[in-house]
Amino acid sequence: MAETKTKYDRQIRIWGEQGQTALEKASICLLNCGPTGSEALKNLVLGGVGSITIIDGSKVEEGDLGNNFMVDESSIGQSKAKCVCAFLQELNDAVKAKFVEESPEALIEMNPSFFSQFTLVIATQLKEPSMLKLDKICRQADVMLVVARSYGLTGLVRISLKEHTVIESKPDHFLDDLRLNNPWPELKRFAESIDLSTTDPVVHKHIPYVIILVKMAEEWANAHNGSLPSTREEKREFKDLLKSKKIALDEDNYKEAIDASFKISASRGISSNLRKIIDDSSAEVDSASSDFWVMVAALKEFILNEGDGEAPLEGAIPDMTSSTEFYVNLQKIYQAKAEEDFLAVERRVRDILKRVGRDPASISKGNIKSFCRNARKLMVCRYRSIEDEFNSPTLSELQKYLTDEDYSIAVGFYILLRAVDRFATNYNRFPGLFDGAVDEDISRLKTIAVGILSDLGCNGSTLTDDLINEMHRFGGAELHTVAAVIGGIASQEVIKLITKQFIPMSGTFIFNAIDHKSQLLGL
Amino acid sequence: MANPDFESNARWRDLDKLLLRPGNLVNENFEPGPQLRSDLQEYARVLVVGAGGLGCELLKDFALSGFRNLEVIDMDRIEVTNLNRQFLFRLQDVGRPKAEVAAQRVMERVSGVNIVPHFCRIEDKEVEFYNDFNIIALGLDSIEARSYINAVACSFLEYDSEDNPIQETMKPMVDGGTEGFKGHARVIMPGVTPCFECTIWLFPPQVKFPLCTLAETPRTAAHCIEYAHLIKWDEVNSGKAFDADDPEHMQWIYSEATKRAELFGIPGVTYSLTQGVVKNIIPAIASTNAIISAACALEALKLATGCSKTLSNYLTYNGLEGLHTKVTEFFKDKDCLVCGPGVLLELDTSITLQKFIELVEEHPKLLLAKASVTHRGKNLYMQAPPVLEEMTRSNLNLPLYDLMDKTPKDVIHITGMVSKNDKKTSCLRKLRVVFKGVDVVTEMDTAGGA
Ligand SMILES: [Zn+2]
Repeated sequence: MAETKTKYDRQIRIWGEQGQTALEKASICLLNCGPTGSEALKNLVLGGVGSITIIDGSKVEEGDLGNNFMVDESSIGQSKAKCVCAFLQELNDAVKAKFVEESPEALIEMNPSFFSQFTLVIATQLKEPSMLKLDKICRQADVMLVVARSYGLTGLVRISLKEHTVIESKPDHFLDDLRLNNPWPELKRFAESIDLSTTDPVVHKHIPYVIILVKMAEEWANAHNGSLPSTREEKREFKDLLKSKKIALDEDNYKEAIDASFKISASRGISSNLRKIIDDSSAEVDSASSDFWVMVAALKEFILNEGDGEAPLEGAIPDMTSSTEFYVNLQKIYQAKAEEDFLAVERRVRDILKRVGRDPASISKGNIKSFCRNARKLMVCRYRSIEDEFNSPTLSELQKYLTDEDYSIAVGFYILLRAVDRFATNYNRFPGLFDGAVDEDISRLKTIAVGILSDLGCNGSTLTDDLINEMHRFGGAELHTVAAVIGGIASQEVIKLITKQFIPMSGTFIFNAIDHKSQLLGL
Repeated sequence: MANPDFESNARWRDLDKLLLRPGNLVNENFEPGPQLRSDLQEYARVLVVGAGGLGCELLKDFALSGFRNLEVIDMDRIEVTNLNRQFLFRLQDVGRPKAEVAAQRVMERVSGVNIVPHFCRIEDKEVEFYNDFNIIALGLDSIEARSYINAVACSFLEYDSEDNPIQETMKPMVDGGTEGFKGHARVIMPGVTPCFECTIWLFPPQVKFPLCTLAETPRTAAHCIEYAHLIKWDEVNSGKAFDADDPEHMQWIYSEATKRAELFGIPGVTYSLTQGVVKNIIPAIASTNAIISAACALEALKLATGCSKTLSNYLTYNGLEGLHTKVTEFFKDKDCLVCGPGVLLELDTSITLQKFIELVEEHPKLLLAKASVTHRGKNLYMQAPPVLEEMTRSNLNLPLYDLMDKTPKDVIHITGMVSKNDKKTSCLRKLRVVFKGVDVVTEMDTAGGA
């Protein structure tokens, strides 16, 4: 439908038709529809996610009207899940919106298989014991989990799943794949066909910098026993050499060549990140391996054989000063090489599929092509289970955070967010929920927090009284603006996970709404 | 709608934890208690500039943070492409003014909040309009509009005789901006933290393609599109203004760009790219807008109540590769023409308003064309609208000194046009005018002499 496409135009420009289709196929389950959950879903419903199912057993109270936009006066006394569901549905009728009026804790306890029907579960405002159980359930069922919590002026977002692989990681800054110091025969031949010392000023100022650098790198190497400029002195000398080739002041192509001259020293071969991926044990594939790992296995073979140590050529070149003819020809040379590399990888993918007993055509040409184009940017994200992290956090990191001023508030909130849950388990309410008994609540909270720290092996570490007082002041409040930030971040991570594009966050994001010095804790 | 006077406190169950209880990590002026919340509800007046992706979120966030007196200004009407993020609008609202629909939707949902919409350009309002608010929240996507509002807010700032900013005249702003998965939120306290203009380098102007590339050596699809848009259109449709919102115009550009691309063997021209290049479309999604707006609204709540520390003073958010947030403390430029004490002009008491305007137009630091002049909210000369121009025209031949009620030293506001990067934009400047040969005497004497 043309209108739908227009409606989503501003986001399709980010994640493409493919990303949009993935969203439209996804089914999301939300646990608890307070403001954090409602805001997370709002952003996903607007973006056109396939279906949502809201789980909440509570009734709307007047206090909900002060922090949640998805309820109003007429909702009071009614099922919160039902009211939020109806208001969310209003935002986008293309989304299938359902609700279950039941407490998430009860559902986790009584009906764990319920969750296996979803692509992803967003668990908001869930206390530790239920969260740990849910994490186990989701991991077993291979359902992605995003945990989000708002608490006063703090909160957290955490992704939990076994493995997430990304082909289109779309990083902002990434060195382009030009092979200036290692040109293949066609590029070399094209470079040789162009004469840098042409006397035609119009031609001279329209030779693309890629050609200038390929030729000059070769010239340099010939004069320096095959090596390229490496010391600072040599690099400066190389730039001077480029400068000396200019025949007029306004030659932008030479300016670009000088600016890009560092690219000729780009190291050959693959990055350490890619090396880790091809050396991963998952790259030893069998019939149960995912398409991603099958393609990694093929990539590994390619790098060792046809690639001669390199990943498949990306094929795209940046815009640069050039005549149209030079540029279009250059583009064709890069594209032809990329196509050749792709065909080699494709052959290997088909062979591997046959070898492991799968249909050789079961991975589409388009997917293999996209994989090759992004081969240098592949990402594998793995997350520890929440229980693992809680029982045995990376101690060296934790100790570093506790003593680093930039992290002290964030790690303090991390401990206190766990402490308030233990407090709630012990006393059936959050500290500071009611006015009065302030000192008693604060000292209990402190005792619990210190206890958690010592359980984690950080004996003697403590948190500042200011922070503990602050946590007590929050009294479990869910402020709308904090919920909108936490819910917003959760929904953004959900989009990255579902579209399999961009890089999802790692570790636990601790929101610090006091001075906004939030941190990611890798524990 | 419920009568707000009878609204129970139960509604503010969560917010009250923050506003009614003392804390240690708070602003020094924080005075917790029920009075604080009712003062916030009664006296805090917030203007939301822009009712788009950020503006819709901001209105909701303010309404659910205890603010009750809100106004919103936006000149745009709702389009289908807004619906993926501007959550207050529905398909049937397309074509209606954003400000009006947004205000209505939030008031329907949140009882007790009052939102006055202004469906007009920001420059259409008199400068004094903006002085009526305690906080201005910017939800804009254009540098020019930000720059204008910033100059207006800074124009209210006065300095004492030792060039220290006077607290009561500071008009705080919160400013948000997003692009795809990235965004920023900042707090501007004119005279204390850098204003938008102090750190204008954070927003470098967009690089345009050189015309000779478009005409002679196109290489990319965008070059072909811009050729059709900037060169071919005028050649073929002489005199007819190009309208990016007219689908027939866009279709024409697309087909011309396609032809040119074929001629040169350049791949990649699509209708969607044509729209993107011609309209300079910035990709936008709901989540980033929600995150940035909420951060801005929270900072506004802190400014109004002191209930926590303030962001100092620039937050960047990047969700593209993992999740990165960063707070940077920028410093103000003490020579800033906008938030500083203002350009000082020493004048003869005999100078007429006409001569003064000519002086301003030629002043190297100002270079303001089509200048209008106001003094203490009084229009001395207005270029537009025609009615006002006619009413104020007779002032042009009078001495400025007399028009300023013989005040020997005071601040004057000038609005006009400046050229920046080949683009004319509205601009407001604050000038400090001192008349030569007139002693700065006591107020009593001035009053007696007037
Ligand atoms: Zn400034």
